[in-house]
Amino acid sequence: MVGSMDVPAKGGFSFDLCRRNDMLEKKGLKVPGFRKTGTTIVGLVFADGVVLGADTRATEGPIVADKNCEKIHYMAPNIYCCGAGTAADTEAVTDMVSSQLQLHRYATSRESRVVTALTLLKTHLFSYQGHVSAALVLGGVDCTGPHLHTVYPHGSVDTLPFATMGSGSLAAMSVFESKYKEGLTRDEGIELVCGAIRAGIFNDLGSGSNVDVCVITKGKTEYLRNHELPNPRTYASSKGFSFVQGHTEVLSTKITPLKPKPEVTVGDAMEE
Amino acid sequence: MSIFEYNGSAVVAMVGKNCFAIASDRRLGVQLQTVATDFQRVFKIHGKLYLGLSGLATDAQTLYQRLVFKHKLYQLREERDMKPETFASLVSALLYEKRFGPYFCQPIIAGLGEDNEPFICTMDCIGAKELAKDFVVSGTASESLYGACESMYKPNMEPEELFETISQALLSSVDRDCLSGWGGYVLVVTPTEVQERVLKGRMD
Repeated sequence: MVGSMDVPAKGGFSFDLCRRNDMLEKKGLKVPGFRKTGTTIVGLVFADGVVLGADTRATEGPIVADKNCEKIHYMAPNIYCCGAGTAADTEAVTDMVSSQLQLHRYATSRESRVVTALTLLKTHLFSYQGHVSAALVLGGVDCTGPHLHTVYPHGSVDTLPFATMGSGSLAAMSVFESKYKEGLTRDEGIELVCGAIRAGIFNDLGSGSNVDVCVITKGKTEYLRNHELPNPRTYASSKGFSFVQGHTEVLSTKITPLKPKPEVTVGDAMEE
Repeated sequence: MSIFEYNGSAVVAMVGKNCFAIASDRRLGVQLQTVATDFQRVFKIHGKLYLGLSGLATDAQTLYQRLVFKHKLYQLREERDMKPETFASLVSALLYEKRFGPYFCQPIIAGLGEDNEPFICTMDCIGAKELAKDFVVSGTASESLYGACESMYKPNMEPEELFETISQALLSSVDRDCLSGWGGYVLVVTPTEVQERVLKGRMD
């Protein structure tokens, strides 16, 4: 720990393990896969605002790592963002832009605009040339009206009345293309979004579990976590496993009591 | 062979009633040769917060040292211990910083919050957090561990029952994985005490 000590980083990525990792790769050790969010994410614009939807399965290769993860990320009180791709990238990039938007709100004393979030996201993703693998559906309502955008990992954006991303996007888009029309009501919008996500859940192997929905209108945002649960767990035994106490063979035991933190009583103030 | 399979590991954490348990295997190997049978994978951060690190052993030790360093500075500045959720964010940020040249570790964080509410979470090697209400697994035996925990877990178990369940889940899973095993180490933490036990397992 001489020379370059653990100096507090100024932020951003650090590449100091890259040389070692390349050497390991040349020796034949394969790099592990990252957790992806297989995913079906959708968004649509209705009469009064925007509805976003997402499934809740996180995969690690063919294994389901999380059966109920959150893919609709908070950006601002009036802006939410669904993320597909590498889970760490979508979380990190949405957290970072959310903080930047908050600082911007403090500086300007105004509600954040969707295009601000959009520009921050696309400039970040473009500068990393697609290596930050985050595909996003960004939606919100600001003073200029409701907006819905898609952001691709390489930094390109699209502005659309309805959008789908992720491995289940084709299944979801088929539902949108057949049933979407302008001027939907709130309930029709939610029903259509749920239908699209369900199509992704049941037809795409990378998406599954439950449906999360977020409805954003002027002045009000409703995050309906687990709005639909079309995949209940049916195989649990009602009794469950019960192991007899002392069943496991133990070689040694060590019990350490946890001391409660001593209370510091406030003494009298020093007399001047 | 994958970098994760170089040393072999199995770590699991489960939530009980006002308590949690974290367990790991004890083998350290160099591909198929076993080099140690008492390797420590679960580390203490403070009295009520523990970190389990599976994956490449050298990265696990380096990551633990860096995290303990950051936590000690935090304790000096804030005059208190870090909350488990805060620590999880710290680990996530540290791992994501190395996004394009990562540490080959999958951490499991387990702790008791302010009101003794148990908290567990795991991450992949670049810091994608996964919070769970029941159990988290990582390591080369993770696929077997998922299956064992999914069937053996029950909510609101008392510490004694939680110990039996997590031990049985760990031992049965590592028996199906060549690269982990050689005994087990289980830690059960309640608001008043910490119980550490070394398990007898198959030594093959």
